[in-house]
Amino acid sequence: MTTPAEGGQLRRLGEWDRPSIRISIDGADCDALEGDVLLSALLLAGRRVRDSEFGDGPRAGFCWMGACQDCWVWLSDGRRVRACTTPVEPKMAVLTRAGETVVG
Amino acid sequence: MVERVVIVGAGPAGVRAAQTLAAAGLRPTLLDEAPATGGQIYRRQPAPFRRPYKTLYGFDAAKARQVHTAFDGLDGAVDHRARTLVWSLEGQRLCLMHEGGTENLSFDRLILATGAMDRVIPLPGWTLPGVYTLGGAQVALKHQACAIGERTCFVGSSPLLPYVAYQYARAGAGVAGIIDTTPRADKLRALPDLLAAAGTGAKGLYYMGWLASRGLRYRHAGIPIRIEGESHVTGVVVRMAGGRERHIACDAVAIGYGLKCEHQLADLAGCDFRFDSSNRQWVVAQDGVGRTSVAGIYVAGDGAVIRGADAAELAGERAALTVLEDIGRPVDRARVQKIDRRIAGIDRFRRGLETAFAYPHHLARDMADHVILCRCEAVTAGEVRHAVTQLGAHDINRAKAFCRVGMGRCQGRVCGPAAAEVIAGALQRPIEAAGRLRGQAPIKPVPISALADAAADLTVAA
Ligand SMILES: Cc1cc2nc3c(=O)[nH]c(=O)nc-3n(C[C@H](O)[C@H](O)[C@H](O)COP(=O)(O)OP(=O)(O)OC[C@H]3O[C@@H](n4cnc5c(N)ncnc54)[C@H](O)[C@@H]3O)c2cc1C
Ligand code: FES
Repeated sequence: MTTPAEGGQLRRLGEWDRPSIRISIDGADCDALEGDVLLSALLLAGRRVRDSEFGDGPRAGFCWMGACQDCWVWLSDGRRVRACTTPVEPKMAVLTRAGETVVG
Repeated sequence: MVERVVIVGAGPAGVRAAQTLAAAGLRPTLLDEAPATGGQIYRRQPAPFRRPYKTLYGFDAAKARQVHTAFDGLDGAVDHRARTLVWSLEGQRLCLMHEGGTENLSFDRLILATGAMDRVIPLPGWTLPGVYTLGGAQVALKHQACAIGERTCFVGSSPLLPYVAYQYARAGAGVAGIIDTTPRADKLRALPDLLAAAGTGAKGLYYMGWLASRGLRYRHAGIPIRIEGESHVTGVVVRMAGGRERHIACDAVAIGYGLKCEHQLADLAGCDFRFDSSNRQWVVAQDGVGRTSVAGIYVAGDGAVIRGADAAELAGERAALTVLEDIGRPVDRARVQKIDRRIAGIDRFRRGLETAFAYPHHLARDMADHVILCRCEAVTAGEVRHAVTQLGAHDINRAKAFCRVGMGRCQGRVCGPAAAEVIAGALQRPIEAAGRLRGQAPIKPVPISALADAAADLTVAA
């Protein structure tokens, strides 16, 4: 079970009783729960999801519904995924910096 | 020949449309990028979650269950494809992406029930971690059982404002403040229209009353000035009704100013649009029962007109009945009349909501030059004004070409409405003069490899 790390953005309010899933975020192990999306996992562990390409600072998503596109991260296999609509899977290795191109 | 009817969006509108077509013996295809049906309001929680309907949907629990069981009962009568994004439309063909792979799907008739998203007005600090839309704050709670912060300040002017604040407080989350930009007098003015829709209007009053009874003050006529913080939100500064500025300490902000239609596919299809001056947005032109200007393309639900979930269910059914009429199938006239009457009733309620939660568009028009207006491309309001006054951009599409506003990954979904206000302000013209930001495929990002595959398919098929 994950306890929200000090400094995590989100607060879990319930639904603790789910199988835990180990993923990694920028190389550090992180225990999420089955049914979590990556955005939740990232924001329970910290307060940043990515950096703006324009140097105006960290971003952490905005709409939670796949519309704003401000939550894209990389997986270690090179895929880019939208954190708010991607469920965590065992051994997912999330990278919040650098990767390949997505058009749109 | 059996008509191939495809529905995009499995919210209340799309589900009722699918049900109606299935009942007539057609086997419609229902596409949604979400993993399950339900749409925004009746979004289902992921499998391992256990909260009961009452906890998730409150007063709407019974309706949520009805929409879910209506769909679940269709079993096989509908070709439902979940996790399937429709990212383009070319003629009578849709481009789909499912699990990273692409596929084209042709249709004879298409019902677009693509829903809505929050409308926002940028302010200093709104790109900081910890700032989310009101709808987003609700998704975090409903879909993930999480609050967006330890103490959240709710800001804006939207039916979702009292509702999401109430849902948070009820779920045990910290509420740092609730600031509604609309003056109280407007709420009172709207009361007759709101209460005309018996249950629905009373719910809003209940939420405000409940919050007050817990000592959570619902403040009217407060204007958010800026969100503060270095690497994440630490507070928000609000100008209160009396003119005094107040700092509210919080680590999260939920913000929204009503909803805006998601209508990118109708745009790609070449449907005509019209400007709806009552809530200052472009909407797909339609005949009131779902037909757009393009033969065979229909719209329903909040993607067509922002009227809420009850109207979305009715409009979904109505659009399906229109499709049946158009292909020469018999329809139940009495049912058609009943739906039309009920939608007209909801229209009165909607006018009430637009008064009670007025859109303070002047906040967008007057935003300071240094504010990041377009968060995808980090374009400031000042750069957009410069494109208008110095470079001669006379509408939003020109401004986009000159300074990249609305050109980023979200295609102006987030900044579009506020950008139009800034441009109209700089032009010193009415908002319609700023024009409508045009979309392009892919309407949401897809990998380059998928684009190449789809293009090859289209070429082979052509
Ligand atoms: C985040 C959010 C929360 C809301 N919460 C409430 C609430 O609690 N109470 C309330 O009364 N109203 C709420 N609303 C308002 C809501 O718009 C309506 O109540 C109702 O959900 C509208 O129904 P609909 O069927 O028209 O659209 P929606 O319910 O929005 O359904 C549209 C569906 O279309 C899908 N879709 C859209 N485009 C595509 C595409 N290109 N490819 C594939 N799928 C696509 C979406 O994934 C979505 O599931 C909320 C709105 C938002 C945005
Ligand atoms: S948070 Fe907006 S797309 Fe993920």
